[in-house]
Amino acid sequence: MSALPAFEAVAVDYWAVAPMLVVVAGALLGVLVEAFAPRESRHSAQVALTVGTLVAAFGVLVWRSVNHHSVTFGGSVAVDGPALFLQGALLVMSSVAVLVMAERFGGVGGDAFTPMGASTPGSSQEAAAAKAGYATSEVFPLTLFAVFGMMIFVSANDLITMFVGLEVLSLPLYVMTGLARRRRLLSQEAALKYFLLGAFSSAFFLFGAALIYGFAGSTDLAKIQSAIAQGTTGMDGLLVPGVLLLIIGLLFKVGAVPFHMWTPDAYQGAPTPVTGFMAACTKVAAFGAILRLVYVGVEGSRWDWRLGIAAIAILTMVVGAVLSVTQTDVKRLLAYSSIAHAGFILVGVLAFSKAAVSGVMFYLVAYGFATIAAFAIISMVRQGGSEASHLSQWAGLGKRHPVVAAVFSLLLLAFAGIPLTSGFTAKFAAFAPAVTSGGTAGVLMVIVGVLASAVTAYVYVRIIVLMYFTAAPEAGEGEEVVALMPSIGTTVAITVGVLATILLGIWPGWALDLAGRAAQFML
Amino acid sequence: MTNPYVPLLILLALGFGFAALSVGTSLVVGPKRYNRAKAEAYECGIQPTPRAQGGGRVPIKYFLTAMLFIIFDVESVFLYPFAVAFNQLGLFALVEMVLFIITVFVAYAYVWKRGGLEWD
Repeated sequence: MSALPAFEAVAVDYWAVAPMLVVVAGALLGVLVEAFAPRESRHSAQVALTVGTLVAAFGVLVWRSVNHHSVTFGGSVAVDGPALFLQGALLVMSSVAVLVMAERFGGVGGDAFTPMGASTPGSSQEAAAAKAGYATSEVFPLTLFAVFGMMIFVSANDLITMFVGLEVLSLPLYVMTGLARRRRLLSQEAALKYFLLGAFSSAFFLFGAALIYGFAGSTDLAKIQSAIAQGTTGMDGLLVPGVLLLIIGLLFKVGAVPFHMWTPDAYQGAPTPVTGFMAACTKVAAFGAILRLVYVGVEGSRWDWRLGIAAIAILTMVVGAVLSVTQTDVKRLLAYSSIAHAGFILVGVLAFSKAAVSGVMFYLVAYGFATIAAFAIISMVRQGGSEASHLSQWAGLGKRHPVVAAVFSLLLLAFAGIPLTSGFTAKFAAFAPAVTSGGTAGVLMVIVGVLASAVTAYVYVRIIVLMYFTAAPEAGEGEEVVALMPSIGTTVAITVGVLATILLGIWPGWALDLAGRAAQFML
Repeated sequence: MTNPYVPLLILLALGFGFAALSVGTSLVVGPKRYNRAKAEAYECGIQPTPRAQGGGRVPIKYFLTAMLFIIFDVESVFLYPFAVAFNQLGLFALVEMVLFIITVFVAYAYVWKRGGLEWD
């Protein structure tokens, strides 16, 4: 056998990637807990381990990684300002989301997850499993694996690494989507749709990566950047289709129109705490990857594809806002609202300036915290044990549960972008760069964005009116709709969401400053 | 007219046009005769069977075994190139490989303890 070329070990900056290593180690430990811990102690052990891991990873990130900006693993992982900011946001948000997932309402109705994922919905096996006290505590290690994938995703500086991150974050989410305790069939259908369309989008991404490799001769974003800067490589026709396919693959994940078809179904079918996690953290991760791809990798060719993506942004805002008007299910309504928000964020992304990066990052944080809290509240409002997700069931909630209704109203006002909430500051931060540096297309997008915000504001205000000024349906039509008393974990999660919404609305300076200082890509 | 994408667009239009034309024509001129057999689920000409006993549960032993085999098989494939080049790779690769094998073993322990390797 002929001699192999000399092997060169890549230099690894371990402190830079330490938070990711902590998360994956915690996930592996979680799998072992699942295998060896006795059933009664699994749930509490998993919750403690998961939250502990996420907090520890955040601690390591703040303590060491912020001083270790570097491009490591042979150029495939870039730990720079945006990566660290978004990783930190992901870790905090996912700890909050895990607190909501751990909710068991003191044993009333159990947690949000099916006792036995492999059983047929509604079958006797499932009933037996519920009676025996089974629980799918695998959701906690799955969450950690998903967070690990998201952290890779926002720091991936190579298309292959980006793809690995995409899959590592997606696969656990497909499983978690299908685990709802109530309405299992809907949940499994959602999981299948999410999986099929997710696989479809991965194919788009890979095809794009192949075309870009054909153009640049490398999957490294830095090398792609220099190949574009060079002008011509003899394979110029591959560049624009490749970029578009890559971006389409990523836009699937954020649910931009026309790649949004899975979003309402997956959001409605998934267990509500998982929906909150998915809505907040997947958006952060996917927009992190989009930012890195279009600002670092293919920024030089932006004049060739910018208008197409701008059209998608406009379509996303309009469709998301208009379709949210007709929804009668709270979870589907928030799904369409998340589609509209994806459009608003895209407006910021397309401004191509440093201010835009910080604006987008600020938007993601503001939206994420409000979303997790909103879905936590949806998981508390119940009728006869199962979630009262139909809008008519929320009528008159303000009279019986004033605190719950007030908090939900605040979060809705934040989604609408009313001043003095985080939503207003975030929209301003994302739209301002589009006006100043986005050109005519940017101004047009902002006009559409403001109009779409007005449409969504109508939707949110309608819910508030429903909760406060509409009489509850007569008693006798089944059980009364109640908001269950949340445990400490959910209370903390909702409190964090509310505090973030108010703080980032009234006193956003420090957070905007932090995002601004973190907005510099390394390459 | 030198834009290289114009031929692609023409091809795209031709593709869509062909599909629309064929489907549309058969919709308009094709005969439509519905009967019960036509509306049934297609099972290669066999009478469709009702749902399996016990609420549609089917044994997935073979499926599970095959899945586990593929997972561990693919992971152990990575050991071969490592073993061939072991002399040149040095300590770093050895440590990486040990970490990789530990990861696989965590999955193995989970499968084992949760009964994934039991046939009955």
